Amino acid sequence: MSILHVERQSSKDGEEQYTVQETPMAPAWAPDAGLRVVGKPIPRVEGDLKVTGRAQYAYDVRLPGQLYARVLRSPHPHARITWIDTSKAEALNGVRAVLSRANAPDVSWFQDTHLFEERVRFVGEEVAAVAADSEEIADDALRLIEVEYEVLPFVVDAEAALAPGAPKLHQDGNLDGEPKEYERGDVHGSFGQADVVIEQTYVTQAALHNCLEPHGCTATWEGDRLTIWDSTQSIFDVRQEVATRLGLPEHHVRVIKQFMGGGFGSKQIAWKHTAIAALLSKQSGRPVQLMLDREAENLAAGNRNPTRQRVRLGAKRDGTLVFVECDAIMAVGAFMVGGEASDVDGPYQTLYRCPNVKTRQTAVYTNTGPAVAFRAPGYVEGAFGLESAMDELARALEIDPIALRLKNYSPIDQQSGKPYSSPEGLRRCYEAVVERFGWTDARKLDPRPGEHPIAGSKRRGIGFAAHDWIGGAGHPPGYAWVKLNADGTVDVVAGTHDIGTGSRTGLLQIAAEELGMPFEKLALHLGDTAYGPYAPVSSGSATQATIGPAIQAAALDAKRQLFEAAAPMLEAAPHDLELRDGEVRVKGQAGRKLAVSEVLGKIQPHMIQGHGSRGPNPEDKTIHTFGAQAVEVEVDVETGEVTIVRVVAAHDCGRIVNPLMVDSQVVGGITQGIGFALTEERLVDLGRGVVVNANLEHYLVPTMLDVPEIVNVHVDLPDPIANPTGAKGIGEPPLIPTAPAIANAVYDAIGVRIRQTPLSRQRVLNALAEPRTNGTSQNRGGQR
Amino acid sequence: MHLVTFRLNGDERALAVEPRRTLLHALRVDLNLTGTKKVCDMGDCGACTVLLDGRAVYACLTLAVDCEGREVTTIEGLAHGSELDPVQRAFVEADAYQCGFCTPGQIMSVTALLAEQREPSEEEIRRAVSGNLCRCGAYQNIVKAGQRAAELYAATSNSPDDEARVNGKQPAGIGTGGRR
Repeated sequence: MSILHVERQSSKDGEEQYTVQETPMAPAWAPDAGLRVVGKPIPRVEGDLKVTGRAQYAYDVRLPGQLYARVLRSPHPHARITWIDTSKAEALNGVRAVLSRANAPDVSWFQDTHLFEERVRFVGEEVAAVAADSEEIADDALRLIEVEYEVLPFVVDAEAALAPGAPKLHQDGNLDGEPKEYERGDVHGSFGQADVVIEQTYVTQAALHNCLEPHGCTATWEGDRLTIWDSTQSIFDVRQEVATRLGLPEHHVRVIKQFMGGGFGSKQIAWKHTAIAALLSKQSGRPVQLMLDREAENLAAGNRNPTRQRVRLGAKRDGTLVFVECDAIMAVGAFMVGGEASDVDGPYQTLYRCPNVKTRQTAVYTNTGPAVAFRAPGYVEGAFGLESAMDELARALEIDPIALRLKNYSPIDQQSGKPYSSPEGLRRCYEAVVERFGWTDARKLDPRPGEHPIAGSKRRGIGFAAHDWIGGAGHPPGYAWVKLNADGTVDVVAGTHDIGTGSRTGLLQIAAEELGMPFEKLALHLGDTAYGPYAPVSSGSATQATIGPAIQAAALDAKRQLFEAAAPMLEAAPHDLELRDGEVRVKGQAGRKLAVSEVLGKIQPHMIQGHGSRGPNPEDKTIHTFGAQAVEVEVDVETGEVTIVRVVAAHDCGRIVNPLMVDSQVVGGITQGIGFALTEERLVDLGRGVVVNANLEHYLVPTMLDVPEIVNVHVDLPDPIANPTGAKGIGEPPLIPTAPAIANAVYDAIGVRIRQTPLSRQRVLNALAEPRTNGTSQNRGGQR
Repeated sequence: MHLVTFRLNGDERALAVEPRRTLLHALRVDLNLTGTKKVCDMGDCGACTVLLDGRAVYACLTLAVDCEGREVTTIEGLAHGSELDPVQRAFVEADAYQCGFCTPGQIMSVTALLAEQREPSEEEIRRAVSGNLCRCGAYQNIVKAGQRAAELYAATSNSPDDEARVNGKQPAGIGTGGRR
């Protein structure tokens, strides 16, 4: 890779901005190219490490003399620390370091806060930390720390936080900046043109990531050099933050992440624990492991922001949308941590063709743990509101919900006016789901909601939802090196991460394909700031589409150099050579060939190193990912239990690089969607500000017994406009439409609309007990 | 401190531990066997599942001192050198994981089931791992892996039970959910 051109842009807000143009990417693989390695269901290359327990997670690092750290956390939702005494803890045998406001360096961290705040703003905020010979001793030491708190008034509900006189979390109040507003067309002026209006409020809960490996790290110093094994989605962001905040040069900080026990967005920023571990290690002169316990993981390591969405949809009698409006309020917790980017308004603006759209979203501080991205942040919440409302509209119009969506299909991104790179992607998803689910026949079977008893108290229903997503496109920068070894093997190096999605395997397939080398001859090295080029955070479903094209370019560069080396050996011009099955061949002449190892053997100890970088995305197209899901449920009207019978999904993620791993992403995302739809909810005691279910006993993530048959239909629509590999991301999208599809199916089953997630048994029973004003098959949402 | 002696993956081990130390902690910290994972530390998730006298148990709910004279098998005890055990092979083939953090516990639960029931039904496999949470949502493929492992055992006419007898271990018990 090399920089070809740097250009100064017109400065915005007085800040200098430059665009960087790097060496071009490889030519795109044609949509119908007969690829040999890409598209094959190759099992994960790291599989043997994961099934033998040898994969080393941050939690598994064991260094000589290692200490174990524990964190004392605020028991109050809002308080000022007036006095803290750690002397008894320090005196305990086996305690090696104690940190608190009393002795910690003044390090600023999130927003206007510090590593150890004088004023704590949520139950679980860091107050002090101890490193000791064992976790048990560290726990004992925490109990010896004496703290006096001046308890302050608090607020945990977003609307209450906006009320006049509410306790203020920050100097400027409880609003995180001005509300984000958007309008195209004239929503107000178009009211009169609608034949039918749906006006409803939808509510989504605070959901907890509950990664099985908690947040945490192991930190150690060698002189003034710091090494951190962190459970993170972004080794380079952690390095930069830790170096900047602790006043270290970046080249003295090394961050390693080989394996991570789940992140789902919550590990995409540098959290305080990393700096605290580094400081404890500095103070004690010993390696320190600081892993959050399950309670802390649920209090202080992020959550999906709860939302309240007031929605209005207007449509003509034939289903044509006239206007879409959404006013969303979301609780972002005690402060912004820098990884939220929750666009609840996104789907309202782009999923359907509509000339008049108005959205507003207001982010509100509350005395709860800070929110952070959670797998398709904002879109999961927004899709629940929009796709529930679309179902209500379809009912009001007595139109099939998929027909209504097709009626309002948009092949262009209406935010920018640009066409999508895959304008037919969503339509293909609709078609695939309709066919595999047998939607048309299933609808004929049960045309009226709430009137399909199957046995006793059980009612059957089907539901549908669609989604778009701004992620999955990938973006520059992204870099890779491809090194050809003398024995004909290949080292591929990238600074990126495999966060459990299968990136190690999928990225290697790209390299093997472009090189023309057998897959087993390649190894990928990633997850270490010291031994790889920069890579951005692994988030936004971006890793495959960001790093894949860089690897493809690096492989092409290596291949070009290999042909230069082989040309005199084969007495042919470089452009007459090709690489197949590990052999350099003269095109069209079967006998004239050399094994790659032979070519490299003749030039060693010189070696061939290919460099590649991720080029820009097209300027005239918008790259989105799309999907659709249909769900069949059974609802027990006596117990309120919702059982998912089956789910059929289809997602446009461009070219499918590895169907085994794409299926796993889709099935896994839907499984999380089932939890979001039915059981998962962080419960905060409004009177005390305490999370009452910060554990895996009462915070109910789906188990084996909660998950039905899930079918993923492969759309496999290569998108060579998006990038030369034609592949886009699939990490986040599968979770987006699941909850509204389930809610719509529940309505179909019981004839009562539930507009709040999760659709717990209690909510189902409450909904069934409400007097029905409009009858069972009528729209309950204000038909005009 | 108490001295506790037990067989671990076929070898005799002796440890001096505080009475409050769990088997999970002893494995991960005292013995550096980090394949057994700590997630909830209170018996909710199954990530720490190991075999105690052939039965699947949660190591976080088992005190190390209670293991005196008993046989403990962890994920590190399944493979023979670099050759994977059939359950391990089946998990790789079926892509029965994503991040891999719950995988050792899932594999131990399936291993305990297959020792008891060589031809398990799908329902029996689902029940056997119903106490093992997988946040990535790999359940569907975990069932496939369980079925595949049973096939692999049948092909080699070698079950975990047979191996246990060869190694002089106790016959396996019932492996459901891991609670004693």
